[in-house]
Amino acid sequence: MSGPRDTRRDEIRSYGIGYGLALGLTGAAFAIVHWPGFVSTTTLVVVLGLALVQIVVHFRFFLHISLPRSARDDLQLILFSTLIVILMVSGTLIILFNLRARMM
Amino acid sequence: MSASEVRHAGLNLGNTDELTHEQAESAIFGFWVFLMSDAVLFALLFATYGVMLPATVGGPTPASEYKMLPAFLETLELLTSSFTFGMATVAMKHAASRGELLGWMGVTLILGGAFLGMELNDFVTMFGDGAFPTRSGYLSSFFALVPLHGLHVFFGSIWIIVMMIQVVTFGLDARVKINILRLGLFWHFLDIVWVAIFSVVYLQGLIQ
Repeated sequence: MSGPRDTRRDEIRSYGIGYGLALGLTGAAFAIVHWPGFVSTTTLVVVLGLALVQIVVHFRFFLHISLPRSARDDLQLILFSTLIVILMVSGTLIILFNLRARMM
Repeated sequence: MSASEVRHAGLNLGNTDELTHEQAESAIFGFWVFLMSDAVLFALLFATYGVMLPATVGGPTPASEYKMLPAFLETLELLTSSFTFGMATVAMKHAASRGELLGWMGVTLILGGAFLGMELNDFVTMFGDGAFPTRSGYLSSFFALVPLHGLHVFFGSIWIIVMMIQVVTFGLDARVKINILRLGLFWHFLDIVWVAIFSVVYLQGLIQ
C-alpha cells in the first residue's frame, strides 16, 4: 500500500490526465468544424463521436466512475438512466421526423 | 481493502477520513439519483431541440446566430473550472490548510462567473438580432435548453459561495465535507451537459 502523499499525487495526476484528454478532444471537435475537411454529414458524425468519448473521459477522470471499482448501485443507476435516455430521445426523434416526412 | 474501497461517485475520502467516508455513501447516492434524473431532463430538451432545429420560419438560423470563438472560450472556462474544482476536492481530502481549498474554490467561482458573463453577452447579441424565444420553434427550444444549463451554473456558483462561507465558519466537519463532495459532482455534471451543448447545439449549427 502506498502512503497518503503518493495517493494524493496519483489523484492530482488523474485529474490532470482527464483535463488534458478533455482539452484535446474539445480542441479536435472545434478544429474539425473550423477547418472543414469532410462533407458536413461526416463532420457531424465525428463531432458527436468526439463528444461521446469526452463524456466517458469526464465520467472516468472527474466523477471517478470505473466499471470494475465503482459501487454497484451507482453503475446500475447510470445504466438505467442511459436506457431511459436512449428510449425517450430516439423514440422522440424517430416519431417526429417520421411525422414531418409524412406532412411534407 | 475496505479503507480504499470506492463507495460512491466522485472523489472518495477513504484513507484520510474514514468516519465521513462511511456517512458519505448514502448521502451521495441520494444526490447521484437527482443528477441522473436531471440528465434525463436535459436529454429530452436535446431531443426537442433536434426536432425543432429546422423550424426557423424564415427567422434567424443557427448558422447566423452562433459564433465559434465565444463558444470555444466558454468551453475552455467551464472545462478548466471542472479541473480546478477537482483540485479543490483533492486539497480538502489531504491538506491541513483551508487556504488551498478556498483558493481553488475561488478560482472555480471566477471561471463560472466568466462563463456566465460570456453566455449572457451571447444571449444579448442574439436578442439584438431579433432572435427571441417567441420568434420560432427553433429559438424556443434553444432558449429552453441553453439558459437552463446557465441557470444551473448560476445556482452552482451561489452554492460555491455558500460552501466557502461554511468552510470558514464551521471548519471542515463531516457535513461540510460531504456537501463539498456533492457540489463537486454537480459541477462536473454541468461540464458534461456543456460538452453535449457545444457539440449538439453550437458545433452542429456551425458546420458548413
